Amino acid sequence: MSELTGEGLVLEIPTDIHSISGAVDYVLSRCSASEVSARRLNLNFRVGLTEAIANAMMYGNDHDPSKSVVIEVVMGRDHVQATVRDQGSGFDPGSVPDPTRPEHLACSYGRGLFLMRELLDELCFNDCGNEVTLILRAESCSTFEGGASA
Amino acid sequence: MSFQVSKVNDVTVIEVEGQLIVGNRNELKNKVLEKIELGEQTFVIDFANTAYIDSSGLGVLVSLSKKIREDGGELRLSSLSEDLRTLFELTKLDTLFQIAEDKERALEGF
Repeated sequence: MSELTGEGLVLEIPTDIHSISGAVDYVLSRCSASEVSARRLNLNFRVGLTEAIANAMMYGNDHDPSKSVVIEVVMGRDHVQATVRDQGSGFDPGSVPDPTRPEHLACSYGRGLFLMRELLDELCFNDCGNEVTLILRAESCSTFEGGASA
Repeated sequence: MSFQVSKVNDVTVIEVEGQLIVGNRNELKNKVLEKIELGEQTFVIDFANTAYIDSSGLGVLVSLSKKIREDGGELRLSSLSEDLRTLFELTKLDTLFQIAEDKERALEGF
């Protein structure tokens, strides 16, 4: 794990699903100065960042340990932002079905992107789909209010 | 992160300590499948000491529930924190599982 710091944080971690939790804990430990509430950080941002890194490792990098995931974090006073980039060829986020529809409810996968959309204020993919930016703002009145429309 | 397995009457109780996430979901899956192989049919998975479940953790619960039901058994969940309950409600998985307030209530009526 490497760190290049300015007003934010950059991590590059090898593809290893066992490293996700530690990386997310580290990022969250650096966000305490933000005005985003601890509860929203620990639920909304933790979920979003965890799912983004997991998707990058499992689907983007196809579990290939020779590939890495880059996480760029900006800690603003009124928001936190993370950009997660993998070394895969990307995907079309519009092609992922809604896991809450009755026909998909019993599927054992496919909820990560949905949770990111529900819990974050903004979710943006680059054109090829191998980079996602997550934004959580401080001013949302509800702990769980998000509703990004990526 | 660990899974404590015990038995109360005929019910296998698994307590998830820490997190249920992509890095340890298969450990839980294998523990339950081992018990199914031994003929166990009724399960309670308790989250009283669980801080976080990710989408992979939710997914493994879905697949275990399906497997247990196919074998004629039943899986109940218990002791979800407010945050964990929110994840179940957002994904509508609260409609798929029987979720009890605590382990004792989950064991009632098996």
